Amino acid sequence: MAEKLLMKGNEVIAEAALRAGCRHYFGYPITPQTEVAHYMAKAMPKINGTFVQAESEVAAINMVYGAAAAGARVLTSSSSPGVSLKQEGISYIAGAELPAVMVNIVRCGPGLGGILPAQCDYFQSVKGGGHGDYKNVVLAPSSVQELYELTVEAFNISDKYRILTIILGDGMLGQMMEAVEFKDKEDIYQDDKKWACTGTKMERESNDVTSIYIQPEILENHNLKLQAKYKKIEENETRVETYNCENADIIVTAYGTVARIVKNVIKMAEKEGIKVGLIRPISLWPFPTAEFEKYAETPKAFLSVELSAGQMVEDVRLAVNGKRPVHFYGRMGGMVPSQKEVLDKIKEILNK
Amino acid sequence: MATVFKKPHALKDLSLHYCPGCTHGIIHRIIAEVIDELEIEGTTIGVSPVGCAYNNYEYFHVDMVQAAHGRAPAVATGIKRVHPDNYVFTYQGDGDLAAIGTAEIIHAATRGEKITTVFVNNAIYGMTSGQMAPTTLMNQVTTTSPFGRKPEIHGFPIKVCELLSQLEGAVYVERTSVHDVKNIRNTKEAIKKAFKVQQANKGFSIVEVLSTCPTNWGLNPIDSLKWLESNMLPFYPLGNFKGKDLEV
Amino acid sequence: MKQLELIIAGFGGQGILSAGRLLAYAGMLEGKNVSWLPSYGPEMRGGTANCSVVISDEPVGSPILDTANVLVVMNGPSLEKFEKSVVSGGLIISDSSLVEAKPKRTDVDFAGVPATQMASDMGNFTYANIIILGKLLAKTGIVSKESFEAALKKVLPPKKHHMIPDEMKALEMGHDY
Repeated sequence: MAEKLLMKGNEVIAEAALRAGCRHYFGYPITPQTEVAHYMAKAMPKINGTFVQAESEVAAINMVYGAAAAGARVLTSSSSPGVSLKQEGISYIAGAELPAVMVNIVRCGPGLGGILPAQCDYFQSVKGGGHGDYKNVVLAPSSVQELYELTVEAFNISDKYRILTIILGDGMLGQMMEAVEFKDKEDIYQDDKKWACTGTKMERESNDVTSIYIQPEILENHNLKLQAKYKKIEENETRVETYNCENADIIVTAYGTVARIVKNVIKMAEKEGIKVGLIRPISLWPFPTAEFEKYAETPKAFLSVELSAGQMVEDVRLAVNGKRPVHFYGRMGGMVPSQKEVLDKIKEILNK
Repeated sequence: MATVFKKPHALKDLSLHYCPGCTHGIIHRIIAEVIDELEIEGTTIGVSPVGCAYNNYEYFHVDMVQAAHGRAPAVATGIKRVHPDNYVFTYQGDGDLAAIGTAEIIHAATRGEKITTVFVNNAIYGMTSGQMAPTTLMNQVTTTSPFGRKPEIHGFPIKVCELLSQLEGAVYVERTSVHDVKNIRNTKEAIKKAFKVQQANKGFSIVEVLSTCPTNWGLNPIDSLKWLESNMLPFYPLGNFKGKDLEV
Repeated sequence: MKQLELIIAGFGGQGILSAGRLLAYAGMLEGKNVSWLPSYGPEMRGGTANCSVVISDEPVGSPILDTANVLVVMNGPSLEKFEKSVVSGGLIISDSSLVEAKPKRTDVDFAGVPATQMASDMGNFTYANIIILGKLLAKTGIVSKESFEAALKKVLPPKKHHMIPDEMKALEMGHDY
């Protein structure tokens, strides 16, 4: 381990991507993630990499599509309204099975909304914001250190399964500075990408990267193949942190920065004799359903705390499957719940 | 016996799916001949559009990427930035390039991306069955301009070469046609030069090829060629708009 | 003080964000858990700047502070805006050369330091933020002066390292005021 550095979340994303071997970045400015682009604009020319400020988010994601089809490790980053524009390209990336990484430093919507932290793009990321039956791997770091580790991991997952991996953060995570320790060397998944378009060199048949299959039988088979891949990812790539859940009176579930608030609430509650557990999904897709099944009958109730009107709570309900009541507490518009608010909600649920 | 005519190597031995009399096939053949003559088959990567030529990646013996509608120049940008020593071309129709993909083509051109665009302009949407294109002529009847294109309702056609030639990053801009042998030859020369511009790392190159759509124009193949000549040429003048004397 | 929950606020250009960053860096060098979060986006456009800093022995929960135990204000509007965020028994430090008003709260500790005036007397008004931090260190002991100097070395680019002796002098002045 090298020395600890104090770095901004957004800069850590860029640094992590570079350490993961990414040499191609395409993006368009939008608050609150633009520091990723600033960092890349400085770093890429020095290492013979590519930084392109695209004319739009639409163009940026299609540049990503091209670079991924050409066999490169490639990154784009944006924030909610920009990610809406990228949905077309995301669907094509899924259809053509290309590996790529996208960061969404979420801000509040709908529309132009606001720039403060939010988790209102859970549905868009996890359920598929574009057209077609597809999935993206969605990773939700809750600290700057984890932002680094998961960004590196995202490139490996993407290459391994030929899939888009989304790092889902929020303005708080992107803008904050925290200590980060980089490894001396990253574990990088090696793949020869024989399918990529690199020029045949007259040594092989030509490669095509496409998402169009006009024949229904062929397209159904293509879809079945995708679904089989998604199942494999569900089996192998689910990530979750469980804390204090054994004998918990109530299990709170939260992801990203909100989970940090909940950890403080757990300490406050302990002083009042309330045992609060936490299930923190790190991969939002695949969702850690098994972890919820495991603890489904442990607490009196579940509570999902989110910076949204209630999105992840739907997956929590599916996972708990009616065995216990699942409650929700959320704030919107960039408002962040205080520890006291969450504790009050817990007490209300437990009638304390 | 001496071979006097054969299929270019860069073109696969498949029958094309285009309608009878459609000139896409001629343009495909020209591209393949150019790739053969420049001996760049092993280093060329193409980008297919959305439109009638959506699956032309099946026809070329080169690596190809199928792009979303209008996004081929952005996709080609991504490819070229990863493989700067390869030849990268996009093949796009008028709806793809001049309507839904206007931003992408203008910005790829102004960035001076070292790619070549073959822009097939037949003044109509083919694949979706005959709607008005951004290049549809005044008074031309289409399924979405059933009483003819009127300026007060539909506005005016876009002249792509004239537009792009204003951009510094676009270094070679030429409009050609494939309605007769002489013009087919000119088209080949232009596309060859456009690829050489890439070879010389000079900037963005585009050849707009005036083409026919007998099916959606409601004309037979011969009359389509005549229609192109008498209606399209007066509005879309042929010739070089930029880079005529460019050393490549 | 075991845990610092600090809001620093003032005008853009007063070194508000960098003061917070220096403090967080010093805390990190002492092995503590730290976070630094700026106000960002349109809020920056109005010429105001503020940031939240947490330095703690425990892992940092939310870097967004509902309440602060220390508030540093370097302009009048910031005192008005953030005074209510300070916990009872907390501390407010103001640059009294720029903030005429005193806190209305009576349940908090208050220190006014004419930092901008002192810095101008030193010949460089941009040291005002460091002078204020000197007072903060004296009042809270959250990090040592040595750690602060080490943080300066980390944060400042080498071409600015010649300024460190003056910055430390400013820190001492604020510390001893």
